[in-house]
Amino acid sequence: MRAARLPAVLAAATALASAAVTGCTAKSDAKGDDAIQVTAADATCTTSTASVPAGQVTLKIRNKGTKATEVEILFPDDRIVSEKENIGPGTSYTLTAEVKAGSYEIACRPGMKGHGVRQKLTVTGGKAAARDPELDKAVAAYRDYAQEQADDTLVKAGTFVKAVRAGDLAAAKRAYAPSRIGWERTEPVAESFGDIDPKVDTRADGLEEGQEWTGWHRLEKALWQGGKIGAAEKTLAGRLETDLKDWQKRVGTAQITPTSMANGAKELLDEVATGKVTGEEDRYAHTDLVDFKANVEGAQKAYELLKPVAAKKDAALTGELDRQFTALNTLLDTYRTDPDGYEFTSYDKVGTAGRKKLSDAVNALAEPLSRLAATVVK
Amino acid sequence: MTRSTAGQEPGQSGESGEPGASERSERLRSAPGRRALLGWGGAGLVLGAAAAGGAVAVARAGDDDPAGTGGAVPFHGPHQAGIATPVQDRLHFAAFDVTTDDRAAFVRLLKDWTAAARRMTAGRAVGEGAYGGLAEAPPDDTGEALGLPPSRLTLTLGFGPSLFDRFGLAGRRPAALVDLPRFPGDNLEESRTGGDLCVQACADDPQVAVHAIRNLARIGFGKVAVRWSQLGFGKTSSTTPGAQTPRNLFGFKDGTRNIAGTETDRLEKHVWAGAGDERWMTGGSYLVARRIRMNIEVWDRTPLREQEDVFGRDKGEGAPAGRAKEHDAPFLKAMKPDAHVRLAHPDSNGGVTILRRGYSFTDGTDGLGRLDAGLFFLAYQRDPRTGFIPLQRRLAASDALNEYIQHVGSAVFAIPPGVRDASDWWGRTLFSEEA
Repeated sequence: MRAARLPAVLAAATALASAAVTGCTAKSDAKGDDAIQVTAADATCTTSTASVPAGQVTLKIRNKGTKATEVEILFPDDRIVSEKENIGPGTSYTLTAEVKAGSYEIACRPGMKGHGVRQKLTVTGGKAAARDPELDKAVAAYRDYAQEQADDTLVKAGTFVKAVRAGDLAAAKRAYAPSRIGWERTEPVAESFGDIDPKVDTRADGLEEGQEWTGWHRLEKALWQGGKIGAAEKTLAGRLETDLKDWQKRVGTAQITPTSMANGAKELLDEVATGKVTGEEDRYAHTDLVDFKANVEGAQKAYELLKPVAAKKDAALTGELDRQFTALNTLLDTYRTDPDGYEFTSYDKVGTAGRKKLSDAVNALAEPLSRLAATVVK
Repeated sequence: MTRSTAGQEPGQSGESGEPGASERSERLRSAPGRRALLGWGGAGLVLGAAAAGGAVAVARAGDDDPAGTGGAVPFHGPHQAGIATPVQDRLHFAAFDVTTDDRAAFVRLLKDWTAAARRMTAGRAVGEGAYGGLAEAPPDDTGEALGLPPSRLTLTLGFGPSLFDRFGLAGRRPAALVDLPRFPGDNLEESRTGGDLCVQACADDPQVAVHAIRNLARIGFGKVAVRWSQLGFGKTSSTTPGAQTPRNLFGFKDGTRNIAGTETDRLEKHVWAGAGDERWMTGGSYLVARRIRMNIEVWDRTPLREQEDVFGRDKGEGAPAGRAKEHDAPFLKAMKPDAHVRLAHPDSNGGVTILRRGYSFTDGTDGLGRLDAGLFFLAYQRDPRTGFIPLQRRLAASDALNEYIQHVGSAVFAIPPGVRDASDWWGRTLFSEEA
């Protein structure tokens, strides 16, 4: 829905490969003395020490080999704590990571492939870097949820596409908002792929120069403002379906971490605050409240999955989040025109006072939600 | 939500500036004000208030303080700062609505706000600062005031009449906190009127004032929501005696005899609530805020003589009609019967005196190409029933200025007493049982 945005979830996922890591790569400003000197060559990987205290660990890497190399700090099961790819021959790089106590390996991978050459690294003191099985469970469940939403969207989008192709204006209008629900619930995951969102969910004002306008909102404009379905719309409907199928196929490969889930929940509320509350999202159909509800549901799903862990660390925060999710949902319910489905008041009928209340409720929820990620990983 | 309020933010050396404070304050006190006083309400009806009891004090250090730690106004005292404090150059005023029904959560907010205000008025960042914290969490402080001196920031909290409909407070609403009557000519916009709470942020740097309101609003999410807010840029009153009187956007000096911050007796008599009021209000005050839109373009084509007649002063010097100097005592009978100064003068109002602390505002243009500008009138008084209300009744009925102005926003607030010390908090005397 945003025209040009960074794949924030992806970035977060890369930066936080696990709950044990809270910091990541930095350039060469690390303190020199405590650093582990790592000398990488085509067949060797030497380290200046095999044991360091827990906390900020710094690797000063020099590539003396002839090939570009990659250096990683790895958990015993090969999950990455932190890494730097593509360190060129003859160059140096400083890698820092926040590492908890435990056994690790430093891997140099000349040519950036294979098992690489490895050295043991023992990190002492502090708490052991136990991986939290509860968080693993949360991530797995959220992955399933993202897939379900994509699968379901394909069904609903199929109805929409069929109606457009049949030239059935009324049926197409009816199917438009429902076709977006699964997408809106998991949008940060979808956006993490970078290339799909611009094709399916760009608004007119979000187009870059030279970009062809495709996707839901292009069809929305044709249906509500143009009031007719031509050959171009039928073609575009087909493309929407194709692009959504691409998403459905790839959603399982998205990098998802507890942090990216929490940040994704907050981003869904950001979407609400900047797009839905203003009525910009569905400016022709005025079905903004359907998208609004879907965003909130997606955020709530991620939150509920992380809640068992978050509640142990900050019960006041989860108490506040419970209250504010309830308050926002209760407020949204007052705009439902169909208690069992997804029929909401047309947003052009919601006045300034009503919009302000919605905006206040979104702020009330998004502010504590912005603290969830740090709470989950701390 | 828990936002830590202790802790020193990184990057700032943590002086809250005790040593040398008094000598620096002397320096500032004697320094000539950039502009001086005056609001427009009447001919200076109100003279400026002063730093009574040392609490309302003057700034701790001057703008020329090389350490950049200067210009902090003490937050603690029997009265809230920002009333008798020498008027700063800039304003950000915000009215809030309460959005929670949970009294405990609201009290917690008042405590969190107090802690944040204590830090910000000392020139420090909120909570754990604007950087250096957990990378996965947004910083506590929004950061735009980093590196700026305290800029004499004052934060003044008030409770609106509608707050007393909540939290079982009905029995504690002061009689003086009346709903303002409708005055002839009022054209109040709902979206600029009322509020359960207000915070007045005044500072010599607009960024410092905006930062303060922004951070308080953020801390308040879920408990309160901003109802409306107003930026002000040019003070129209001064509470510093002898200072030059600032001009309003009509180009006139007005309110040349505001209560001075040093006039303890007049402050006690006209500004601070006390005997006869609710006990929890002792040391507090009442604030009336009015957004007064000026018909700038119409005024600008008014002949000079008419302009001077409307105010009852000359435009250049600011002297009252028939007098030579700005601070000469006005001879009211020399003015037209409907002259603004004459109608607003205490002598025409049985001695009614209020402390004015207004600011000019310009919110761009109004969509018709006209300047959306005027006076954001702020007046502190012991009791609006004997202060603003009779005065405004009189002005609304007859003031020649009415042809050029319109009141479009209005609010009244009870200003509780000051926060006494580090363990005290805004509104304790109202919310705490032992108070």
